[in-house]
Amino acid sequence: MTARVLAVLLPLVLAPLAFGVIHRVKARFAGRQGKPLTQIYLDIRKCLGKGATISRTTTWLFRAGPTINLAATLAALPFVPLGGLPAAVSFPGDIFVFVYLLAMGRFFTIMAALDTGSSFEGMGASREAVYSCLAEPMLFLALLALARHSGDLSLSGMLSAVSAGSWLTGAPVLALVTVALFLILLAENCRVPFDDPNTHLELTMIHEVMVLDHGGPDFAFIEYAQTLKLWIFAAVATSLLLPAASGVLAWDALWGLAGVFAAAAAVGVTESVMARLRLTRVPPLLAAAGAFAALALILVGG
Amino acid sequence: MPLYLTALFVLLASALAALASGRGRAANLLGPLGCLLGCLLGLFAAATALFSPAPPILRLPWSVPYGAVSLTIDPLSALFLLPVFILGAAAALYGRGYLAGLAGKRHLGGHWFFFCLMVLGMALTVCATNAVFFLVSWEIMSLAPFFLICLHHEEDRVRAAARTYLFAAHLGTAFLMAFFLILGHLAGSMEFSAMARVAPDVLRPFAPALFFLALAGFGVKAGIVPLHVWLPEAHPAAPSHVSAFMSGALIKAGVYGVLRSLTFLGPLAPWMGQTLLAIGILTGVLGLLAGIGQGELKRFLAFSSIENMGIVFLGLGLGVLAAATGHPGPALLAFSGLLFHVINHALLKGLLFFGAGSVLHAVGHGFMERLGGLSKRMPFTATACVLAGAAISGLPPGNAFFGELLIYVGGGMAAMDMPLTDAVWAWTGVAGLAFIGGLSVIGFTRAMGIVFSGEPRTTDAADAQAHDPAPLMRAAMWLLGLLALGAALAAPFLFTAMLPAARLLLAGQSTALPVLPSATVNPEALLTAAAIIAFGAAVLALVLAYARSRLLAGRSVRSHGTWDCGYILPAPRMQYTASSYAEPMTVLFRRLLGEKRLFTPPEGLFPATGSSRFASETPDRVKDGFFTPLFSAVLTACDALKRFQQGNLNLYILYLLATLVILLAIALGFAP
Repeated sequence: MTARVLAVLLPLVLAPLAFGVIHRVKARFAGRQGKPLTQIYLDIRKCLGKGATISRTTTWLFRAGPTINLAATLAALPFVPLGGLPAAVSFPGDIFVFVYLLAMGRFFTIMAALDTGSSFEGMGASREAVYSCLAEPMLFLALLALARHSGDLSLSGMLSAVSAGSWLTGAPVLALVTVALFLILLAENCRVPFDDPNTHLELTMIHEVMVLDHGGPDFAFIEYAQTLKLWIFAAVATSLLLPAASGVLAWDALWGLAGVFAAAAAVGVTESVMARLRLTRVPPLLAAAGAFAALALILVGG
Repeated sequence: MPLYLTALFVLLASALAALASGRGRAANLLGPLGCLLGCLLGLFAAATALFSPAPPILRLPWSVPYGAVSLTIDPLSALFLLPVFILGAAAALYGRGYLAGLAGKRHLGGHWFFFCLMVLGMALTVCATNAVFFLVSWEIMSLAPFFLICLHHEEDRVRAAARTYLFAAHLGTAFLMAFFLILGHLAGSMEFSAMARVAPDVLRPFAPALFFLALAGFGVKAGIVPLHVWLPEAHPAAPSHVSAFMSGALIKAGVYGVLRSLTFLGPLAPWMGQTLLAIGILTGVLGLLAGIGQGELKRFLAFSSIENMGIVFLGLGLGVLAAATGHPGPALLAFSGLLFHVINHALLKGLLFFGAGSVLHAVGHGFMERLGGLSKRMPFTATACVLAGAAISGLPPGNAFFGELLIYVGGGMAAMDMPLTDAVWAWTGVAGLAFIGGLSVIGFTRAMGIVFSGEPRTTDAADAQAHDPAPLMRAAMWLLGLLALGAALAAPFLFTAMLPAARLLLAGQSTALPVLPSATVNPEALLTAAAIIAFGAAVLALVLAYARSRLLAGRSVRSHGTWDCGYILPAPRMQYTASSYAEPMTVLFRRLLGEKRLFTPPEGLFPATGSSRFASETPDRVKDGFFTPLFSAVLTACDALKRFQQGNLNLYILYLLATLVILLAIALGFAP
């Protein structure tokens, strides 16, 4: 019970910290000191304390976007295990509910972006819709490979079924799925090479440009939801690499946290060593993720 | 059964009453009122039949050779009666408001006559259990929409669409006649009960031919790719309540037909499942890819209907494949999922067509590039359309999500349990469904975002006259919206209602029928858990919205123009357009879609205003590449025949004589 609660509570508290890790890694690569690890907590608190400026063009959709997105991300969180800690909610077939909850948040983020009537935000919305549409089938293929590997159709079940022993027998499958999941993590969280959250040109951004017009508490919701989403995908992608549950709560939690922060560091390294891809090169990269997942599926099937 | 017959009688009576009451207001009262009454009675009858242990049966002799008035409301029929009567009732309400301005200008009596006849025809079609009677009802159902599409017959576009519809409907029926003739010959009777009892050995050599005949004949009605070409023409041309009924209910007759004919084909074979699955994915993906390139709202919705039929066939394919390979658990999940989706799509697409109709009614057209910002003047329509758009994209907690979830889990279980060669199909099915879902999000954010959000792009969209529809039309939208919400809330309960119909599809299989799909997945528990989480997310959103408003209370909340990166003079025409929103997809799939671009680049250093032009359109490649050449070839061949048809009586007498002589020669030649 405690483990299940911890698997939800830890991300609620620590998710912004993983974002801090990405920034710190990137700063170190660039030879800078970097902002404090907890900067994003301060940012969120500052935004929560502000008023808002809202465009005259907009309607309730604009205000509902960040709220629904955060609610959907929070609702998806209980499905995610953390290392050895089982997920709070788990039932066969929950992977489909999990993915569709995130899609629901995305739908309303896109609608909120379009509600401003701004071309920049329309551009971001269009790209976000297209990339997620390409990433979703790949994510399902990767999860199906795991389902077939573990014989379990729940997210928590299929992830916790992987142990050190299964790496001995099914290393190629698990390696391929991990790579596919990491690529999908980068795409779904709008990181380099799919998207660059830090460019100075709104034209080249995807996710960040969609939320240009949001401010105050709305923006705090957006930032928090984004850190949670990164946590969710990091926990899923890395739990394959972690040893099986030891049964000792502290160890399991610690391993889970180590996995998430290592994934964040890996994102930081990726962002530092490579540039953002040209937009037309993104679909082939997503297709590559799908190819990895499909290959894994066929290997399991044998 | 008496209630059902009363409903049919009321529909027939109101059809005649409407016809008798002429062109104007009286017809626009009697027609919809009678239709509403008949549909409500029928709905009650269908709901009772759905839960009755023994299906009500009626059999009366009929003077037509081989024909009999045979009606049975078994669980499958009862399930398909639901969209017929629900949309019949909603469309009657909406139509009365929609047509109010046309009283006297059009022959509304005739319109309501054919409308009631269409509902009646479909109600008969899904219950008929004699092939001859079935075909007659099928024709009533198929012919009536032709007259309904023709309401604005002075427009070329409408006449062309109605003609395309008529051709498609008739070609479909031709396949069906062949199907029922072969099957009736094998069974020795035109009764469905006899057809379902044909010995497998007798049936086996004919099974592939029968399967493809049924698929072609019923597939035209359902709008599967490549037989979909009539759909995107007919739906925008028809008045909106008619398109709502056609899209929500009428095309489901094709699905019903395929399901019913599968029960005649004996043991299902894996190749049938693979074919259906491939068609489903193709229909879903191509339907939406083409839809994303469309500029007209109702045309897009028509393509979205094609896509949803793709989801239904995808579920059917998964189910048939699982059933044929001895996995009844996943099969039952997939079958109940597709049946659920049929109901869900009916409710949501009806609502969306009503919404599109309200836009058309308010603005006068549905061209997305010329709309925008309508949510300010039509808040009710905008909210209804956005929510229905989210729901029909399969997003939780919308009702379509729960149907798709059943198909997903069925596919996921199949993907886990099957041997590799079959599992590949299940994986493709699941990935295909996910891709269709993503495309649907693109399509509906585009349609709703461009039409309702932002600033009005042209003066007709900015027209202050644009307003939410009349109360009666709103009532119809409320009805469908609340039913959709109810379907989502009652998803676990509705699954139990789908189960008998889903079992019916498995009845002919050799594998033992499980009580519940599987020991590992309990669908009711699954749907309950999913519903709790999904509605929990919705409640959480409300809580967060309250928290947000508490946070902002007392602080400065200013109104300002859209920031737009500091550009202070944005013009409405500078907004992102429907085609620019779709551009990444149309570029990515250019080979497949064949998007055409007409671009006149600006010339010189100071190009004159209007010297540069850009336009893009996405034609229907199946239509332009296959059907148009095919029909023009047929036409040329027919032209050649004119040589023999000179209009000269002497010549025709000569033909008669020649025929008689030849027949005589044959008869003598073959005589013993």
